[in-house]
Amino acid sequence: MSKEDYAVQMRGITKTFPGVVANKNVDLDLRKGEIHGLLGENGAGKTTLMNILSGFYKPDEGEIYVEGKRVKMHSPKDALKLGIGMVYQHFTLVPEFKVVENIMLGMDVVGKKLSLKATANLIEEQAKQLGFTVDPWSKVADLSLGEQQKVEILKVLLRGAKVIILDEPTSVLAPVEIAGLFNVLKQLASQGKSIVFITHKLNEVMEICDRITVLRSGMKIGTLNRSEIASTLDIIKMMFGVEAEPALAAEVPKELGKEVLKVENLVVESDRGIDAVKGVSFTIREGEILGLAGIDGNGQKELAEALSRIRSVKSGKIYFKGEDVTALSPADLYLKGVTYITDDRISEGLIQDFTLAENVVLKDFRKNGVKRGLFIDWKKITENGRKLAEEYELAAAKPNSLVQTLSGGTQQKLLVAREIGGDASLIIANQPTHGVDAKTTAYIRKKLIESAAKGAAVLLISNDLDEIFSCSNTIAVIYEGRILGILDRQSATRENVAYLMIGVKKD
Amino acid sequence: MIDPILTMFITFILASMLRVATPILLAALGECYVENAGILNLGIEGIMLFSAFTSFLGAVATNSSLIGLGVGLCTGLVLALILAVLYVTLKSDQIVVGIAFSLSAIGFTSLYFRILYGTTLPRLPVKEWIVTVPQLADVPIIGRVFFNQPFMVYVSIALVPIFYYILYRTRFGLKVRTLGENPVVADTAGVNVFLYRYIVMLIGGMLAGVGGAYLSLYQVSLFQDNMIQGRGYVAIAIVMFARWNPLKILAGALLYGGAEAFAGAIQALGYLRTIPAEIVLMLPYLITIVGLVVLARRARFPPAFARPYRREMR
Ligand SMILES: Nc1ncnc2c1ncn2[C@@H]1O[C@H](COP(=O)(O)OP(=O)(O)OP(=O)(O)O)[C@@H](O)[C@H]1O
Ligand SMILES: [Mg+2]
Repeated sequence: MSKEDYAVQMRGITKTFPGVVANKNVDLDLRKGEIHGLLGENGAGKTTLMNILSGFYKPDEGEIYVEGKRVKMHSPKDALKLGIGMVYQHFTLVPEFKVVENIMLGMDVVGKKLSLKATANLIEEQAKQLGFTVDPWSKVADLSLGEQQKVEILKVLLRGAKVIILDEPTSVLAPVEIAGLFNVLKQLASQGKSIVFITHKLNEVMEICDRITVLRSGMKIGTLNRSEIASTLDIIKMMFGVEAEPALAAEVPKELGKEVLKVENLVVESDRGIDAVKGVSFTIREGEILGLAGIDGNGQKELAEALSRIRSVKSGKIYFKGEDVTALSPADLYLKGVTYITDDRISEGLIQDFTLAENVVLKDFRKNGVKRGLFIDWKKITENGRKLAEEYELAAAKPNSLVQTLSGGTQQKLLVAREIGGDASLIIANQPTHGVDAKTTAYIRKKLIESAAKGAAVLLISNDLDEIFSCSNTIAVIYEGRILGILDRQSATRENVAYLMIGVKKD
Repeated sequence: MIDPILTMFITFILASMLRVATPILLAALGECYVENAGILNLGIEGIMLFSAFTSFLGAVATNSSLIGLGVGLCTGLVLALILAVLYVTLKSDQIVVGIAFSLSAIGFTSLYFRILYGTTLPRLPVKEWIVTVPQLADVPIIGRVFFNQPFMVYVSIALVPIFYYILYRTRFGLKVRTLGENPVVADTAGVNVFLYRYIVMLIGGMLAGVGGAYLSLYQVSLFQDNMIQGRGYVAIAIVMFARWNPLKILAGALLYGGAEAFAGAIQALGYLRTIPAEIVLMLPYLITIVGLVVLARRARFPPAFARPYRREMR
């Protein structure tokens, strides 16, 4: 292949942050019209490498060629002009703005100075071409995550991108939405666009990638053609340097104990004052993991927040071990043994300006061992942080690293570790493995199952059917604020659950 | 027939409402862009004071109040540039820097005014700022209120719809608002975060400068120690309770102006001698505080408000 057949070539890219080498002498070739998977465990340096390609970070060393020509980029603007666009791991849309405003922003960089109306027409046209519809005039905050994802892709396309980088685009999507996204990506590739696709879900890699590149600790391990990959095991070997597929060591408990959580006719309002949870009832017993499947935005967040008491209940009752806790404060409920893993690690789960160790101790600073009279034992806190970082293999993270400098998956691991590290009797976990690599995903699931085996009750909210089926002994499906069915794990089928998630009851 | 004294009173209040609202309106319009772009410029008070001072000097030296106004405008630009370097490039704490700057402005201008003039008061050149629309100016009440005002009043009111249009209907305005929502979004869309934050700071500085000059050259016709008397902070409060919207800022500025004019009228006409003057003078500020408490309680601040931007931080 001649140089011009490559959309992008990165050569010897090195990037260091204080105390961490995020990329070390990495090469990456991107062909025209290919879907290129970029893989690696949490903190391997995937996002950093792509931030460099999109002009967001400056590499310390290395060269970038676009269609054979050496380029130097100083800002995302330069990258946009070269036809490189990125959909970031954490979406870059303004929720308060309309779709069309979000997209119009930045189109003038590539010489398209259009009115709002003309932009809106372009959006509708482009969406139609890709086989979906988007209302350009709706506010982004009113869209589901799947729709926002589409807006992100349209945004990048209308800025004239020929190289499209997607950083973990599927981790927030439901199965149907993922299928839709894949159709779009395949279409774009067939039009000659090059796509970099970062994911932790290896079956997705097998499904759509033409080639893959694996990073480990900031270094490139290798690039493979799809035909050279026999099974996901090959990829796992490259990613973690281990021989075996990470296994679910524990068995989901079969014997259930006493009732821990009982919810009766719960109605909860969303931020916008409409009923998001519309009369939900269920129970969870000791040793039970209730997998609550559903597409994001069907009331699961409001339900989880009401159960952990950070959102008020409109009507209905919540009983914890037989006691009415409907009006309890979150702190009191936490002290009784209820923990909550939020799905929003950035703004709700962790304090970005605090260090890892400080975040670990946040909820527990009242407990003995850390408290010394009026003071706090910082040595102990640092020690706790170090232990946790070791146990969960928080890549390159030190007790005094600021949380905002950790990779997306590492932050998630930290959040989960803090919440399930103790001995809670009820764990409410909302998307606990969101953005976490295969190995740690298995580890987190194992931890949840172990907690259940020790007698905890677990509410596992997830849109990932693998997660639901491998971890729960009861499966419930939530759709538009109602529970459409509570199924026994044995009798439930994936098809059945997948249909219920989109509100279709099949017999 | 309406009581002529009452007519006079109403005319006086309405006409001076527009005049005293003008410096506040100018400063608030500029600050509106600054805050929409995610910066809190508490230095606005200091800029106004410095500009009041330099424009006074300029006007006396050149015997032209228009040149004085120009000097005030340029002073605003230069000071805003210095503050922008601190806020945007050096990423200093905006609250600390802004307050320190405004406080030092009081000492600096008072000291230099004394060094330059001692106790003799220089005379300002005659100003021909009043624009009188023939015939219309003779209509009772309305004529005096709307058609017989200093040109700065017309300019500042004309700026309101223009500022509104630019902020909500143009690409530039969209970029400015995005900076306050999330600078990362702006940056990844190819908007130069630093450049645009400098631009809004300059706009804000220019308008605050003109506002300060208007005070010393026209409204007070004198330079006095600390003569801005918190009007810069009032402008900031108005921006907040107007929820960062230029049209509502006009309403806020008029409310303040009305209160100040009322207080002035009461004093001038010698009414209500039983009420201490200080209470009357407090009125405009009191109204601002009440407005802030009532209207801004549920205001949604720009999420990136007062936060410096660093690219390689998430
Ligand atoms: N702005 C930053 N400041 C300091 N360190 C950083 C910064 N960005 C990334 N790092 C560090 O660089 C390393 C690589 O991070 P990166 O985000 O590229 O990982 P990743 O492969 O995308 O991981 P994940 O799968 O969890 O998203 C991590 O150790 C991270 O802590
Ligand atoms: Mg990442």
